[in-house]
Amino acid sequence: MGEVIVITSGKGGVGKTTTSANLGMGLAQSDKKVVLIDADIGLRNLDVVMGLENRIVYDLVDVVEGRCKTKQALIKDKRCPNLYLLPSAQTRDKTAVNPDQMKKLTAELKEEFDYVIVDCPAGIEQGFKNAIAGADRAIVVTTPEVSAVRDADRIIGLLEANEIKAPSLIINRIRMNMVKKGEMMSIEDVMEILAIGIIGVVPDDEYIVVSTNQGEPAISDKNSLAGQAYRNIVQRLLGNDVPLMDLENTNKFINKLKKFFKISR
Amino acid sequence: MFDIVKFLNSFSTRKEKSSGSVAKDRLKLVLVHDRSNCSSEILDKIRADIMEVISKYMDIDTEGLDIQISETKSTQNDRNVPVLYANIPIRGMRKLEE
Repeated sequence: MGEVIVITSGKGGVGKTTTSANLGMGLAQSDKKVVLIDADIGLRNLDVVMGLENRIVYDLVDVVEGRCKTKQALIKDKRCPNLYLLPSAQTRDKTAVNPDQMKKLTAELKEEFDYVIVDCPAGIEQGFKNAIAGADRAIVVTTPEVSAVRDADRIIGLLEANEIKAPSLIINRIRMNMVKKGEMMSIEDVMEILAIGIIGVVPDDEYIVVSTNQGEPAISDKNSLAGQAYRNIVQRLLGNDVPLMDLENTNKFINKLKKFFKISR
Repeated sequence: MFDIVKFLNSFSTRKEKSSGSVAKDRLKLVLVHDRSNCSSEILDKIRADIMEVISKYMDIDTEGLDIQISETKSTQNDRNVPVLYANIPIRGMRKLEE
């Protein structure tokens, strides 16, 4: 019996889809059977981030409305043999699916998969309610900005009200050089305000833009700092104790990496 | 020339709070209200009602009256929970009519 994890945030644009793609791929690379569900109906995105946009035949709404079998709608990832994507519908809206249908679907999928990762849409309306309906646990993504943290706080309250206990936090896109200067809230600041357990901190990394351009999640890139952060989160999801990355000395880290590669060449 | 450098530096040292801590303080305040789910209209009504009740028995200083939603540590977990804070200065007791 697998686990259903919803990736949510409240605010849009903080990195839910990128996080879903990376964690999904990371878990699959750790030999887990993983299915990603894009629950953002009408604004399909996870497929392009994963680089699987050309293979869609059926979508989430087709499955829910019984036009195809669940298996027929699952797109097999071209890189990881045990990673699948259930894309969202592009021409429908959030009311096309209800929470009971999502509960049934995720229950069916977790019979066969180790992890069912649901990429939640922004907002707190029906799309959110659908996405959390069958979730066993939640990961809340935020950035160190007032608007994102405020929305994360609201989402944490709603998750608790819906009996999804102890959500874990990912602080995304942190810029340590700004934190050092006092121009950005620190990891400690955000943790103090939200008061939930942290599962990872992902540094702002230009490579995320490149990897999204290419449809190749950054977690597969050994040189990407964000990729390393996602690999650490995957380890924590698997129950391994990995300390938070030392982002203070990332420059040294990069230098070490560069040196290492020069020597090995 | 040296004086100009000193003059410019005085700007940076006079800088009060970093924007990061401003963000944190503003957020904390906003979340106190968000978490309590209490609008300012409701708070105004509460203020008026409390004043009415207490005024029956006491002469209160309406100018110095301070009622607000604040925060305190929850007894159950680490999260902060909202509390209604009221500071009502009393001028004296009213003579109760028998």
